[in-house]
Amino acid sequence: MTGTTPSAAPAAGGAADALRRRPGLGRLRELGRGPLFTASVAVLAVLVLVALLAPLLAPYDPDAVDLSASLTGTSGGHLLGTDQSGRDILSRLIHGARTGLLGPLLVVGVSTLLGTLLGLVGAWRGGWADALLSRAMDMAFAIPGLLLAILLVAVVGSGMTAPVIAMAVAYTPYAGRLVRGIARQEKARPYIEAYRVQGWSGWTVCVRRLLPNIAPTIFAQSAMNFGYALMDLAALSFLGFGVQPPTADWGAMINEGQSAIQQGAMLPALAPSTCIVLAVVAFGIVGEGLADRISRRER
Amino acid sequence: MTRRTEPEPVLRIDELGVRLAADHAARPLLDGVSLHVRPGETVGLVGESGSGKSVACRSVLGLLPGGARVSGQVRVGGHDVLGMDRTQLIALRTRQVAMVFQDPRASVNPLRRIGDFLTEGLRAAGTPAPAATARAEELLTAVGIRDPRGALRRHPHEFSGGMLQRVVIAAALAAEPALLVADEPTTALDVTTQAEIIAILTRLRVERGTGLLFVTHDLELASAVCDRVYVMYAGRIVEARGTDELFDRPRHPYTAGLLACTPRIEAGAPAPRPIPGRPVSLAEAPPGCAFAARCAHALPRCREETPALAPYGDGLAACHRADEGITW
Amino acid sequence: MTRYLVGRLLGLVTVLLVTSVVVFGALYLAPGDPVSFLLHGRPATPEAVASLRARYHLDDPLPVQYLKWLGGVLHGDFGRSAQFHQDVAGLIGSRLPGTALLVGYAAVLVAVLGLAGGVLAALRPGPLDRAVLIGTGVATATPSFVTAIALVSLFSVRLGWFPGPGGTSSGLGDRLHHLTLPAFALALTFAGLLARVTRSAMLDELGREHVEVARARGVAERSVVRRHVLRNALGPVVTVGGTMLAGLLISTSIVETAFDVPGLGSLLVQSVTAKDFAVVQAITLLSVAAFVLVNFAVDLLAPLVDPRLSLHGEGSS
Repeated sequence: MTGTTPSAAPAAGGAADALRRRPGLGRLRELGRGPLFTASVAVLAVLVLVALLAPLLAPYDPDAVDLSASLTGTSGGHLLGTDQSGRDILSRLIHGARTGLLGPLLVVGVSTLLGTLLGLVGAWRGGWADALLSRAMDMAFAIPGLLLAILLVAVVGSGMTAPVIAMAVAYTPYAGRLVRGIARQEKARPYIEAYRVQGWSGWTVCVRRLLPNIAPTIFAQSAMNFGYALMDLAALSFLGFGVQPPTADWGAMINEGQSAIQQGAMLPALAPSTCIVLAVVAFGIVGEGLADRISRRER
Repeated sequence: MTRRTEPEPVLRIDELGVRLAADHAARPLLDGVSLHVRPGETVGLVGESGSGKSVACRSVLGLLPGGARVSGQVRVGGHDVLGMDRTQLIALRTRQVAMVFQDPRASVNPLRRIGDFLTEGLRAAGTPAPAATARAEELLTAVGIRDPRGALRRHPHEFSGGMLQRVVIAAALAAEPALLVADEPTTALDVTTQAEIIAILTRLRVERGTGLLFVTHDLELASAVCDRVYVMYAGRIVEARGTDELFDRPRHPYTAGLLACTPRIEAGAPAPRPIPGRPVSLAEAPPGCAFAARCAHALPRCREETPALAPYGDGLAACHRADEGITW
Repeated sequence: MTRYLVGRLLGLVTVLLVTSVVVFGALYLAPGDPVSFLLHGRPATPEAVASLRARYHLDDPLPVQYLKWLGGVLHGDFGRSAQFHQDVAGLIGSRLPGTALLVGYAAVLVAVLGLAGGVLAALRPGPLDRAVLIGTGVATATPSFVTAIALVSLFSVRLGWFPGPGGTSSGLGDRLHHLTLPAFALALTFAGLLARVTRSAMLDELGREHVEVARARGVAERSVVRRHVLRNALGPVVTVGGTMLAGLLISTSIVETAFDVPGLGSLLVQSVTAKDFAVVQAITLLSVAAFVLVNFAVDLLAPLVDPRLSLHGEGSS
């Protein structure tokens, strides 16, 4: 029979791509575009300020152990109470924002840079370079970031280094795939051809004209990835593979707070949990909101 | 209006008004639409996109946009569709009225077999499965598909657009409906395929005595197919008359404009002239005659007073100057 | 079709080979020499060193070492666990059922909650849809260990409905009771994701013309939803579902640790902490293998779900 539908093939691939971009928080924005976005930006701003000013804001030394004041619960002295070692939970949360943001910042920064580079090269050069890079990225998707991180920790030991390197490697194909996709679309636009006709060199057009046009989309995606990286790194800390005690870290605090729960003290674990969820939701909404604004502007 | 010599219409729409109840302002889609189709008759409903012709023809099946408020009556075989409950609607759709949509590619579920598509309507009407399959084969033969048995096991992507539209028509005829509504059935097809589909529709209508409501934006095509034509503009019927008279002596400037902008092949024919401006929907239409803004003959009165559909010649026109014999 | 299959299979084998190189090569990323890394503080008796050198073929050139190691792996020989003094294969075999039960339990929860939530949200716009959106929004933003904490503090400590972390269980019923909180902790994030995918796939299909055509033909709404909307939404749901099953496997390490479930995930975490590298290698390799096999199975299923996908194969054969 006649009638071929080559368009049918990408249908399933499209769904897989959608998952690779991890559309987790996708439709939260439908619940209210303006106020929710603004609130999320505010949350993130506060978070960054707290991280920067942690030593000034924290009421106590986050590592000051006072075994006589273990698990005090909320009080005037300790707004969120103390953990089992008698350390002030609020102060640990405030200091935890530092490691909590620094790790994802490194992961997203490195993976976005690498991914943009690889994606641009693939999209701009096309041909075998593109085929090779795409194949390599497909392959990289097969090894989940968390697993890669655990393997690396097993080899080089716990701490920030191994998780951050592993996550940066694991997130690179996400960024690379996104950049390749939008760069290919952008490259097909007439203005690119116009610059080349005017005698601009290929790479100049690519870096000076194409890149600025796709940068907002890359940034929006990075904001979303930031939330996921935060979640993944916190998971590794929770497993004891991340920042090592006694350094304050949300994931590690949850791990330490587990036994307190059995004793009926919820705050040592629930407070950092809330921080993580709040940060992830805020990054997701901001990322989605930015992506949404960009796509509406282009329409 | 019913002439004694004519049989009772299979479809009679009376003063149909449809308003979309949005959050604040209700948005009107149709206003005072009346039309009828008699058994064995082909009636055209012509209008540009946004004129409301699709809303009107979907109302025949009781398919109305969600939250729509409706006034008037849509009677099929004497029963008012708008007052039907769920069971009655299903009976109406499985037995009395069938519809052929514009794009066969979109009309048929791409993941299910052609046989599923054909028998689904029959099964919904209560036909047992083996009988439905046998009937599906007959119907495919009737619309000129070779190897009907094999076709039943194929998927839609294995058919060309024209072949698929034949399948859709076969499915529409499955329950021997008294009325067939065809909403732009050839617009998505090649010109040669269009002619084949029209030929099939015409032949089946003659053979089976089905009434056909043929919805199109193409006045020329309507003239080739239909006995009578209703012209819609901005949610209202602006002209209704027999095909021959409509072409020779249109009374509404919009109809005349539509005819004038159709390119002609005959030697010495005037060059096509487009109608200035763009078509509006009823919601955007200003008070008075909705066409006044684009009409070369508009009077101040046209912008104030909505002209009523009134008899002129052998048909109806809604124009304050219809009796002046204005042509475009 | 066969060409497509062969292509996918080649890809699968390539991924596994690359993974094996990474997993093997990781040994050489370790600071210091492999022997001291593998010993990890255990007494470096000449016998221990010699047995390690023999086991890892450390006296051979690197490519030969790799091939010999790979040959062993292909025969199910993953080496010996340093912490349990046991063959890794046997150790994994003893831990696998626990993880399989947990992942199976969670997969059922994901399928039931995700599909039901997505379908309901798509079919009932309004408050229910909004509730599902909020719920899934929170679920997808909540890491599994946080869910674990919340579930334990509410259902175990406060209400006492389910046992907390640790503890032993006997009999399937009791085991399932013990695994309920872990399974929910594992499932909620993925159920949220699946609900969203299902909802948007359903909404896409609900807006399609063939659905309106089916209604116009008098097909009852129930059949329209089942035969046209749900059936057609299945494609993206299956694709995403497959990837999720793989994600579930990875997340078990976190949930099993949080709930002290004796499974492969907690074994992996223990082994990393104990520097029991042979176990880490084996579980990593098996996880990736499971991941790519599940995705391969989804690729095989795809033409069944969407017959248009088998077309390019049929055309060439």
